[in-house]
Amino acid sequence: MKRFEYFDVTADIGFIAYGNTLNEAFENAGLAIFNIISDTSGIDSKIAKSFEITSEDEVSLLYDYLEELLFYHEIDFMLFSDFSVNISKTDKGYNLKATINGEAIDWDKHERKSEIKAITFHMMDVKKTEHYELRAIVDL
Amino acid sequence: MAIKDEIKKVRDNVYEIPGSYNKKMRASGRFYIDDESFDALEEGAVQQIVNVACLPGIQRYSIGLPDIHFGYGFPIGGVAAFSLRNGIVSPGGVGFDINCGVRLIKSNLTLEDVEDNLDELTEKLFKNIPSGVGSKGRIRLDENEINDVLDYGAEWAVNNGYGWPEDLEVLEENGRMEDADSSIVSDKAKKRGIPQLGSLGSGNHFLEIQIVDEIYNEEVADVFGLKKGMIVIMIHSGSRGCGHQVCSDYLRIMDKAYKKYKINLDDRQLACAPLDSKEAQNYIQAMAAAANYAWANRQMMTHWVRETFEDVLGKSAKDMEMDIVYDVAHNIVKMETHKVYNREEDLLVHRKGATRAFGPGREEIPEKYRAVGQPVLIPGTMGTASYVLHGTDIAMEETFGSTAHGAGRVLSRSKAKKDFSADEITEDMEKRGIRIKATSKNVIAEEAPGAYKDVDSVVRVSDSTGIAKLVAKVKPLAVTKG
Repeated sequence: MKRFEYFDVTADIGFIAYGNTLNEAFENAGLAIFNIISDTSGIDSKIAKSFEITSEDEVSLLYDYLEELLFYHEIDFMLFSDFSVNISKTDKGYNLKATINGEAIDWDKHERKSEIKAITFHMMDVKKTEHYELRAIVDL
Repeated sequence: MAIKDEIKKVRDNVYEIPGSYNKKMRASGRFYIDDESFDALEEGAVQQIVNVACLPGIQRYSIGLPDIHFGYGFPIGGVAAFSLRNGIVSPGGVGFDINCGVRLIKSNLTLEDVEDNLDELTEKLFKNIPSGVGSKGRIRLDENEINDVLDYGAEWAVNNGYGWPEDLEVLEENGRMEDADSSIVSDKAKKRGIPQLGSLGSGNHFLEIQIVDEIYNEEVADVFGLKKGMIVIMIHSGSRGCGHQVCSDYLRIMDKAYKKYKINLDDRQLACAPLDSKEAQNYIQAMAAAANYAWANRQMMTHWVRETFEDVLGKSAKDMEMDIVYDVAHNIVKMETHKVYNREEDLLVHRKGATRAFGPGREEIPEKYRAVGQPVLIPGTMGTASYVLHGTDIAMEETFGSTAHGAGRVLSRSKAKKDFSADEITEDMEKRGIRIKATSKNVIAEEAPGAYKDVDSVVRVSDSTGIAKLVAKVKPLAVTKG
């Protein structure tokens, strides 16, 4: 199974992330995000960041999670390539705990691709068939 | 029947979709677009004009401007005005890059004065004004300072040594919206804003050294201080991660609000709240704060542009008369007075990918320009011309004083990268005497001029329909991009 793939949107870019579990699909969505910004194969896991979020439904959880990744990228000036996600269902929705690994941006070492302005709700989807499929479009 | 078949031609380059098209529409839709663009117009963008026309309290028309294209929720290149009594505000009607905008700086220099120094100017501008993904501004604010930036905008910048007091007179809103309240802005938005203040950004944002190539209206050009052959500088940039975060924060808040207030929406991305609600008032104050951030940002970059010219050319910026011509916001929501069926009404006007184009006499226009209408700045794409127009009475009558904002993308980034190579583009631009400096080859290929709609046709339609009239054409000599 592919971990993620991109699809074309005129002004921006979209991706579908796959996973046998919801956790794995979210982890692969993290890879999809950082392969838009850089090439994750060139990012070493040196520093870990952890965060926790709660959201009312699966789509909102995906939105909030991706936003959180951008937040750590921008404020800590880091790129990430290794994602560990643990999602649990609660009475009010979903809880997500994540540990993400990466390193400080060094544009002499890391490939410089695109800046992501924001995550959009456009066509955003969390689908379960025999595996999980997450769909998102980001604003560049 | 396809939605486009319902559209009727009103006059040359103006089309209308009647409010009777569907029962939920509270206004008609209008498009200012030429026949060729109309044929190419996506059904999705037409549907978005209709969706916006269904929102509570919308006045007169849901408007598509000459560069209209599909956006998220609201189309890009669109204007929608809402009544203060029963209207709404929507972050989707402004977009992620709050107060993305354009600034034009003039000079008394000619090509002869800069020709031998253009390479050095380009290199140093690129170095002195941070740009590109993962770039930091040159200064690091503390938490109190970011609040001042959000509350006072360009005024903060000038008070801190970035630029001249008279600069403020020629910025839309004088570079500061008084509704702004930094205490409403989330910590996340502030944290994203702190390291990025004083940076250009990425994608279609640019800083260019340009030359005035053609004057269409001598009288108005004279009022704006523009002459053929003059060297000018254009900055296209926005509110960076700070504004993006404010938009994201409020998309989530409004997503809950529209359900709470039982507003019926066809698309979740139109999420909005009634103007008298707490959610709406908070968004307006946070949006204004992000808009102020963008004005401070462009003001700081102006200062560094002047410093760079001083350093390279060995003259003072005052001696080079590097005054700001004007600064426009093209993603913003504002309270304005407009005529609705012969009555003056206070409205909340959303402009998403739209430039204010107020006509003669409006008091919002700096006094020295008031008699001819405000300067309207429409940027082209990398390597193409940009334009200066002026606002008109027709814009006041028909489009809530608005026109287009630029050239919309027509090819995706991956298609652009397949079709164009960075080396070929650079070579082609060099042949035409244009220098380019970018953070990566990726951005040059992705931003290929061929990936965008032709800006010339966008301004032609604006001019021919009268919603903003041509004043001058400027051509790039040097481009720096993130």
